[in-house]
Amino acid sequence: MSILVNKDTRVICQGITGKTGLFHSQKCREYAREVRTDSDVFVGGVTPGKGGQTVDDFPVFNSVAEAIEKTGANATMIFVPPPFCADAIIEAADSGIQLIVAITEGVPTLDMVRVSHYLAKTSARLIGPNCPGVITPGVAKIGIMPGYIHTPGTVGLISKSGTLTYEAAWQLGNIGLGQSTAIGIGGDPIIGTNFIDLLEMFENDPDTEAIMMIGEIGGDAEIQAANYIKDHVTKPVAGFIAGQTAPPGKRMGHAGAIISGGAGTAAEKMDALEAVGVVVAQSPADMGKAMQEAITRKNG
Amino acid sequence: MKIHEFQAKELLKVAGVTVPDGIVASSPDEAVEAFEQLGGKLAVVKAQIHAGGRGKGRFKEHPDQPGVVLVRSAGEAREHAERMLGSTLVTIQTGEEGKQVNTLLVEAGLDIASELYAGVVVDRAAGGPVLIMSSEGGTEIEKVAHDSPEKILNCNVDAGYGLQAAQVRKLAHQLGLSAAAAASAQKFLPKLAKFFTDNDCTQVEINPLVVTAAGDFVALDAKVAFDDNAMFRHKELLELRDLNEEDESEVRAGNAGLSYVKLDGTIGCLVNGAGLAMSTMDLIKHHGGEPANFLDVGGGANVDQVTEAFRIILADDNVKAVLVNIFGGIMKCDVIVEALLAAYDQVGFTVPLVVRLEGTNVEKARSMLAESGKDIIAATDLTDAAQKVVASISA
Repeated sequence: MSILVNKDTRVICQGITGKTGLFHSQKCREYAREVRTDSDVFVGGVTPGKGGQTVDDFPVFNSVAEAIEKTGANATMIFVPPPFCADAIIEAADSGIQLIVAITEGVPTLDMVRVSHYLAKTSARLIGPNCPGVITPGVAKIGIMPGYIHTPGTVGLISKSGTLTYEAAWQLGNIGLGQSTAIGIGGDPIIGTNFIDLLEMFENDPDTEAIMMIGEIGGDAEIQAANYIKDHVTKPVAGFIAGQTAPPGKRMGHAGAIISGGAGTAAEKMDALEAVGVVVAQSPADMGKAMQEAITRKNG
Repeated sequence: MKIHEFQAKELLKVAGVTVPDGIVASSPDEAVEAFEQLGGKLAVVKAQIHAGGRGKGRFKEHPDQPGVVLVRSAGEAREHAERMLGSTLVTIQTGEEGKQVNTLLVEAGLDIASELYAGVVVDRAAGGPVLIMSSEGGTEIEKVAHDSPEKILNCNVDAGYGLQAAQVRKLAHQLGLSAAAAASAQKFLPKLAKFFTDNDCTQVEINPLVVTAAGDFVALDAKVAFDDNAMFRHKELLELRDLNEEDESEVRAGNAGLSYVKLDGTIGCLVNGAGLAMSTMDLIKHHGGEPANFLDVGGGANVDQVTEAFRIILADDNVKAVLVNIFGGIMKCDVIVEALLAAYDQVGFTVPLVVRLEGTNVEKARSMLAESGKDIIAATDLTDAAQKVVASISA
C-alpha cells in the first residue's frame, strides 16, 4: 500500500503537446517501465484541438472525457500554461478524474478560489498547483522529481517545496529510510491538498511507519498541522521549516512564502511543531537525522 | 505589485468607492493650486511612497517634517511641499535608507466622526477572500489583532456572488454603526469587495475608513496590491508600476526570470528552487554567516541566467563570498556546471566561490569542476558547504 498512487493508477497528461509536458510524460513513463513491467502507467495525453495525433507513442485526445473513455485513465498530470490551468483542473474533475496533479507555476490566486469551490462539489483530489508532484517509489511517479533519489520504504514525505523535497529524500535514502509516498503540495497560498489531509492518509496507511513534513514561511498551515498531529497522529513525525532568515514582507520565490504582519514566521511554526513532539531539524542538512531521531524516540 | 495611494484612490473612485476629493501635485506650485481648488481652507498633504507609516515618518533632510501633514493656508501648503518633494522619507517600513518623495497627494479635509478599519485579503484556510473590519481605525491591524483580538471582525466574501447585504448588516451591528452609517456601509463595503475580486488584488486596505459626521463612509487612506500572476489579464494596471519604489537589482533579476531578494549579509547564494534557496540562507546563518540574498535560479538554469545571477550577486558590495547550492534533478548537474563555468569566465570572480552539487550526474559534474582549473572550492555536502563558505570570509 501507499497513498494516492498505487498499481492501479493510470495517468494522462494535460498539455502533453507542450515541450515540458511531453518531456516529463516521457520521464514518468520511463520510470514506470523501469520499476515494473506489468502494464503501462502513462497512457496518453490531452490537448484540445490536437486529438487524433500521437506524440512519441502517446495518443493525444481532445478532452479528458475522451481520454478516460479510451484509456481508462484515473489520474492526470497538468502542465498547461497558468492562464488555462484552473480550467484544466475543472475539466479533469468534471470528467471524473480522481487524482489531479497540477505542476503549473503562476496560477492566479483567485483562479484557485474558483477551483476550490468547484472541487468541493466533486470527489476529485487536487495536488498543487506549483508543485513537483507525487511519487510512490517503485510503483509510479506523477511529477517532475528525479525518480532515482526516491527509494521504496516506510517514510511518508510531505513538502511545500520541490528541490527541498529532493534534498530530504536524498538524506533519508542515505540513512536507509525509503519513502512510502512523497508529495510536494506546492508553495501557493491556495492549494488543493494540505498537510492535514496527507497526515491523515499517512496515519491510516499501514505501509507508512513515520512521517516527515517540510514547511516554509507564510500562512499557518504548519500550525494547523501541529494541532492535528497532537490529536490524531500516533506515528513518529519529523519536520523542517524553510525561511528562518527570511525578512518580513518579502515574497521568497513561492507566491505563498511571505511573512505578513509578523505572522507566518519559521520560528512560530517550529515552536508549534516541537510543542506537539515533532522532531524539528534546525539545519536543512539535518532533515534525515531528525527523522531517524523521531523514529528512535517513539520506538525507544 | 504595489501601487501608490493616489493611484489606488483613482481606481477605487471609478469602482464607486467613496474617496476624499484630491489632487496630485509634483511641484510646490501645483500643491498651492491644489489647495486653492479644494476650497482653500483645510487640506491634507500626503507624501506618495509605497511604504506605510508616513504620518509618523520623518524626512532625512528635514528631521521635523512628517510625511502627512494638515495645512490651513496656501503658504503652509507651499512650505511643506517644498520640504517634502525631492527629499527622503524614512518610515518604520522603508528601512534606514528611506524613499525619495516625487509626488504628493493634496486632499480636502473631512468632518470626521469616527475611524474604522477595513481590509480585504485572501484567507488561505477559508480558500477565498475575507473582509476584515475593526472599530479601531488608524491603528496597525496587526497590533489590534495582537492586543485586542475581540475587536477584529472577519467576514468571508464569496468571490462569485460578492458580499451580501445580510453580511453587511451583521458587520454594521457588530461595529455599533448609526442607521446613516449602516446605510453607507451597504453601498461602500460590497463595492470594496468587488474591487478586490475584479482586479485580482492580494490586498486592499482602507485604514482609516472614516465615518463622517453625516454618516458617510470615506476611504481616507488606501493600500492596494495586485497578484503578479494575474497581471496577464490586467495589462492596464501594469502601467501603474513605479520602478523607483523597487530595488534595482530585484527588478533586474525579475527581467532575467530569476527570483531574487536582497538581504543585508555578506554571503551571496545561488540556488535552484525556492525552498532550497530559503534553506540555504538558513544553513549559512546556522553556521555563523549572514546571507546576502535569496536567489532561485529556477529549474532550467542556462548560461545566460547563471551569468546574470552572478552579476547581480556580485554587484552587491557587501558580498564577500558566494555559495552555489544545486540539487540537480531533471536538470542534470553537469549541464549546470557547464553554465557555471561559462558564467565564471564571463563574470570574473574576485571573491571565494564555494560550490555544492548533488543529484543527477553529480560525479561527472564534480570532475568537470575539478578539471576546470578554476579557483572554485568544492563542497561535499550542505554542512561542508556552509562551513567552507563561512571560513572563506574569516580567513
